[in-house]
Amino acid sequence: MLNKAKGIPVVEMHDITVKFPGVIANDNVSIDLYPGEVLALLGENGAGKTTLMNVLYGLYRPDEGEIRIRGETAYISNPNDAIRLGIGMVHQHFMLIPPFTVAENIVLGVEPVNSYGRLDMDKAVRDVEELSNQYGLIVDPHAKIEDISVGMQQRVEILKALYRGADVLILDEPTAVLTPQEVDELAEIMRSLVDQGKSIIFITHKLQEVIAISDRVTVLKQGKCVGTKETQNTTVEELAQMMVGREVVLSVEKQEAKVGETVLRVDNLHAKGPRNLPALRGVSFHVNAGEIVGIAGVEGNGQKELVETLTGLRKATSGHIYVDGIDIVNSQPRTLIEQGVAHIPEDRQNRGLILDFTVAENFIMRNYYKPPFARGINLDYGTIHTHAKQLISEFDIRTPHENVPVRSLSGGNQQKVIVARELSSEPRLLVASQPTRGLDVGAIEFVHKRLVEQRDKGKAILLISLELDEIMSLSDRILVIYEGQIVGEMTAREATERELGLLMAGGRSKQGLDAERSAVNVQHR
Amino acid sequence: METGNLADVTIYIALVVSTLRMATPLILAGLGGVFSERSGVVNIALEGIMLISAFMGMLISYYTEAPWLGVLSAVASGVLVALILAVACVRYKSNQVVVGTAINIFSLGFTGFMLRKVFEHAGQSPPVTKVADWTIPLIHKIPVIGPMIGKHTPFVYIAIVAAVISNHVLFETKLGLRIRAVGEHPKAAETVGVDVFAIRYLCVLLSGALAGLAGASLSLGFLSQFRENMTGGRGFIALAAMIFGKWTPYGTLGACILFGFADALQILSQTLGLTFIPRDFLLMAPYILTMAALAGVIGRSVPPAASGVPYERQK
Amino acid sequence: MSSTGKDLEQPRSKMLYISREQRIELLIPVVAVFLALLLGALLVIFIGQSPIKAYSALLKGAFGSKRDIAETLINVTPLIFTGLSVAFSFKCGLFNIGAEGQFIMGQIVAAWIGFQITGLPTVIHMPLAFLLGALAGGLWAALPGYLKAKLGVHEVINTIMMNYIALYFSHYLLMAALKEPGQIPQTPAVAATARLWRILPGTRLHFGLILALGAVCLVYYLLFKTTLGYEIRAVGLNPHAARYSGINVSRDIIIAMTISGALSGAAGAVQILGVQFRFLDLFGFVGYGFDGIAVALLGRNHPFGVLAAATLFGTLARGAVTMQSMAKIPKQIIGIIQATIVLIVAADEILRRLMKPKETEIQGSQDAGEVELGGDR
Repeated sequence: MLNKAKGIPVVEMHDITVKFPGVIANDNVSIDLYPGEVLALLGENGAGKTTLMNVLYGLYRPDEGEIRIRGETAYISNPNDAIRLGIGMVHQHFMLIPPFTVAENIVLGVEPVNSYGRLDMDKAVRDVEELSNQYGLIVDPHAKIEDISVGMQQRVEILKALYRGADVLILDEPTAVLTPQEVDELAEIMRSLVDQGKSIIFITHKLQEVIAISDRVTVLKQGKCVGTKETQNTTVEELAQMMVGREVVLSVEKQEAKVGETVLRVDNLHAKGPRNLPALRGVSFHVNAGEIVGIAGVEGNGQKELVETLTGLRKATSGHIYVDGIDIVNSQPRTLIEQGVAHIPEDRQNRGLILDFTVAENFIMRNYYKPPFARGINLDYGTIHTHAKQLISEFDIRTPHENVPVRSLSGGNQQKVIVARELSSEPRLLVASQPTRGLDVGAIEFVHKRLVEQRDKGKAILLISLELDEIMSLSDRILVIYEGQIVGEMTAREATERELGLLMAGGRSKQGLDAERSAVNVQHR
Repeated sequence: METGNLADVTIYIALVVSTLRMATPLILAGLGGVFSERSGVVNIALEGIMLISAFMGMLISYYTEAPWLGVLSAVASGVLVALILAVACVRYKSNQVVVGTAINIFSLGFTGFMLRKVFEHAGQSPPVTKVADWTIPLIHKIPVIGPMIGKHTPFVYIAIVAAVISNHVLFETKLGLRIRAVGEHPKAAETVGVDVFAIRYLCVLLSGALAGLAGASLSLGFLSQFRENMTGGRGFIALAAMIFGKWTPYGTLGACILFGFADALQILSQTLGLTFIPRDFLLMAPYILTMAALAGVIGRSVPPAASGVPYERQK
Repeated sequence: MSSTGKDLEQPRSKMLYISREQRIELLIPVVAVFLALLLGALLVIFIGQSPIKAYSALLKGAFGSKRDIAETLINVTPLIFTGLSVAFSFKCGLFNIGAEGQFIMGQIVAAWIGFQITGLPTVIHMPLAFLLGALAGGLWAALPGYLKAKLGVHEVINTIMMNYIALYFSHYLLMAALKEPGQIPQTPAVAATARLWRILPGTRLHFGLILALGAVCLVYYLLFKTTLGYEIRAVGLNPHAARYSGINVSRDIIIAMTISGALSGAAGAVQILGVQFRFLDLFGFVGYGFDGIAVALLGRNHPFGVLAAATLFGTLARGAVTMQSMAKIPKQIIGIIQATIVLIVAADEILRRLMKPKETEIQGSQDAGEVELGGDR
C-alpha cells in the first residue's frame, strides 16, 4: 500500500457549505484525497455525501469554502471545469443514454471527428477498446446501453471518466444496484485503477464495503463531517456509531407490551426491485396485535420493496401475506385499506400527500369514498371539515385552518397530517416506513409517542427505519433485513447496537465477520 | 383522359408529380419536427409557423418581385416565430403544447389581419411572382422519368436534399449525437459538458427555419399567392409523418411520400377508377396509421425519452 | 417550492386567507387580458385607426341591442362547453386537444338524431338528440383515453389525429348516408321537436345557454363535491399518491377523457339544435375546440373561470364583426388578442418572476427540510 502521508493531496475541499432553501446540506465539510488511495465517504441517505461530490464535480456551486486540486485553488463552476481538472464522476443513477451504443456514450461531448468534420465512430470504437484493455474493463463498444447489464453499464461510466483523462474518480453509491458478483468485480476494478495511479472517492452507506475497499474513510452525518479514520485502525462498530448516532438521545417511555393474536403473517415472500433484480428473497415473519416490530437494516436491502408489497403497491412474485388470516397478497391498495392496513409512506411528498389538496382533503385520502365522508357520490364537506378540525387539534398540526393547501405546511406538520390520517382510520395493522425521517426533534418525539399509543391500543405495528436507535427504542421485537432476507430476530431487550450493526452489515456473528475481514485484507495486500 | 385506363402512362406521371407536390411541404415541416423533438421540444406550432411564413414569403415577393428574397424572409419569420416557442419553453419551461397552440391561433389571426390590412381583401392575396421551376439537365429528357421528376419547383429538390442533410447531421456529426443525447437524457448530456439549453434553442430555431421553408413552398412554389389558412392542417400531418417515420429524417421522408401518395390517390381517384375506396378514407389514412404506430399495432413508435419535458438546471 | 411558514404562524380569518401565491394566481389572467387588449390597441393604431373608436364599436356590437346581446350569448354558449371540456381533462392531468373532433362528432350525431327520428314529443326528442350528441363526443375521446391509460400513449398526439379523422369521417358520413337530396352538401333540417327552445323573444337566443350554465354547475359539482371529482383531481395532481390512496388511476383517466369529450360533443349538439339546425359540410375546423383551450387556460381550469373566459372570448368574437364593419378593423385581430392571452398565461413563469420579490434569505427552520437531500433525484 502507498504511503499516504507523503505528497500533496490531489483533492482538498475546505469548509464547504451548501445551503438549499430551508436546509444546510453541507455544513463546513472538509475532506482530502491523496494520490493512489481510495477514500470512502460514509453516511446515511441525506447526510450530504452526494451534495459534496456534486460540488466537486461542478454541478452545485458551494455557498462557502475552498477547493484545491493538486495544491492549487480551483473554481469549478460546471462539469467541464471538473473534467479539465481531471475529475470524473460516476453518478448513482447512471448518466447513460439507453438507446446509444457504449462507444457513443463514452465519447459524447468529446467526440472524435475526421478531417471532414464527420463523426469518427471507428476511431471512437478503437479508443474505447484500447482504454478498456488498458484498465481491464471489458465492454463491447457496439452494444447498446439498454441491452447490457447494470455492472456493464457501470464499467461504461468509469470508462467515460477515464476517456476524459480523469485521474480522480468519484463513484456515487456504486454498489447500490449491483449483484454480489458484480460488487466483487467492481472492487477488483477499483484496485486495478488505484494500482495505475488513479485516486478514488467512493460514496457508500454500507459499512462492510468501507472495510473491504477503502484506505481511509470520512463519515458525514446530517451535513456535517463527523471524522476521518484510517480504515485499518477502525471497526465496523465504530463506523456504525459515527454514522447513525443521533445528537439528541431520544428515549421513549413505554409499558410492557400486551401482545395479542397474530395480525400480519408474511410467508416466504419474493419480489423484484429496481431493474428487475430480486429484492425480496423469501421473507417470512409475523406481527402480533399490541406490539411494534422494527425492521432494521441498511438502506437498499429490500425495505422499500417489502413495504410496497405489503401495501399493494408492488406485485409479489411469490409468497403469501396474511392479514387476520386472509391472504391479501397482490391485492389492490384499496382492498388492503379495507382490510385495515394503514401505511405511513417513506416518500411523504410524492406518495403520502397531494400537496395541492387542502389539509382537510388530505385527511380523507384513504377513505373519501365511504361514510361518513361520502354519502352516495357526494362528499359531505361538513363532516370532512369537522373531522379535519378534530384531527388538527388532536395532533397539534400547525396550520391556520383546514382549508390551506398542505404544500404550505412545514415538513413536520405535513408528516403529522399523514400520521393523523393513518391513525384515525383505526387500522388493524400500521406499516410505518421512515416515519421520522427529516423531522425535527419535537416532531420525532410526537410521532414516537403516537406509535406507542397505538401499540397500547392493541394495533399491530411494523416499523421500518434506517435509524438504529429509533428501532431500538420503539420496537418490542427487532428483525434485521439484509439483501432481501430476514437475517436475524431478537427482542428489543436483548438487542445491542453492536449485534444489530453486525447483522445489518451482513455478518452472521462477530467471529464470522472477523474471519471475513481478515480474508479480505489478505486479498487486498 | 379516359377514366380508369391504367395502361395510360400519363396517369402514373400525374400520380408521381402529385405525390411529390403533396409531400414536399410535409417533408420540410416534418424535418423541422424531427430536429425539435429530437432535442426534447414538442413542436405542434409547425402549422402556425408554416402559415405565417407562407404569408411573409408572399408579402416580400409581392413588394420586391424577388421570389427568392421572399423565401429568405419566410425562413427568417419561421425562425422568429420559433424563437417565441424556444424562449417560452426552453427558458421559461412553459407547457410546450399550450405555447404551440397559442402560436397556431396567433398565426390564423395574424395572417388574416395582415391580409386585410395590406390588401384590404379577405380570403386570398393577389398573385405574386413565384420561384421559377427547376429543370434537371438530362434527366428531364428521359421518357416517363423525365416528366415525373425532371421539372419541379425547387422546393421539391430542396426537400429531398434537406432530408439527406438532416440525416447526415443527426446521425453522422457530433452535433447530431449531442442533439439526440439532449432529447433522450438531458441531464446525462449536461454532466459531460453539453449545453442543453443551447442545443434546444438551436434545434427549435432550425425547426422554425424548415417549417418556414415549407410555408414558402406553398405560397411561392406550388401556388403564387397566399390563401387564408392555406396550410390546412399540413403542419399536423407533418407531425404525424415524423411520428410514423420514428423521428428519423429518412423515416419522415418515407412517411411524407406515403402520405403524399395517399393524398394523390385521393385527388386522382376519379381518373384512376378508385371510386370503391372512399376518398375520405384515403385522407384519414395518415392519421389512423400514426395512431396505430403509436399504439404498437404496426411497429411501435417510441418518442425521444425527454420529449416534451422542460429541462431544469441544477442549483 | 417556497414555504410561507411565517404567514402561517398567525391564523387569520378563514374567509380572508388568500396567500400571496393565490393572489398572483388570480392576477395573471387579468394581467394577460390587459396586456393583450393593449397589444390590440397598438395594432389598431398601426393600421391608422383610433383604438377608442375600435373598442367602443366592439362593445356596441356585442351589447348595443337586445339582438346583439343575444348573438353574443349565442357565441358564448359553445365556448362554455368546449372550455369546460378542456378544463375537465386538465384537472385529471390530461390535455384534450381533440375538442374540435369531439365537437364535430357531437354535431353530426345530433343532426342525425334530429332529422332521422320524427313524431317524438319535444321533451324526449330534444334531450335525446342533445345527449346522444354529447355521447358521441365522449366516445370519440374515450379511445385516446383508453390508449393513454392502458398503453401509455400520450393523449396529445392521438387527440390531434382524431380531430382530422373526425373531419373526414363526418364528410364521409354526410356524403354516404346523411345528405339531403340535392346539390348542397348538408343534412336535412332537424325536426322542430329536436330544436332547442328560443328563450328570448325576437332573438335567436336558445336554451343551449341554460344548458351551458347547467354544465358549469354540473362540472363544478362533479369536480369539487363528489367522490369521482375528488379522485380525478387527485390523479391530476399526483398520480402516485392517487394510487397509494386506492384510486384506480387508469379507470379515472378513461372516465375523465370521456366526460371531457362529452362536453365538447355537447357543444356541437347545441350548435346544431339551437343555431344551425343541420350539419353543414366542413371545409376545415370551426375553431370552437381550439378556442376551448384558450378559454380553459384563461379560466384557470375552474368552471366559473371558464364561464368568465368564455364570456370574454364570445364577446370579443361577436364585437369584432361590428368593429370590422364600423371601424374597418379586421376581425382577425381577435385571434391575435386571444393567442396573446394564451401565450402570457402559458408563460406565466415570466410574470411570476416579475411579480415576485427577490428570494429572501434562506429560512433556517429545520423541519422545512425536504425528505431527501444529496441530489438523489
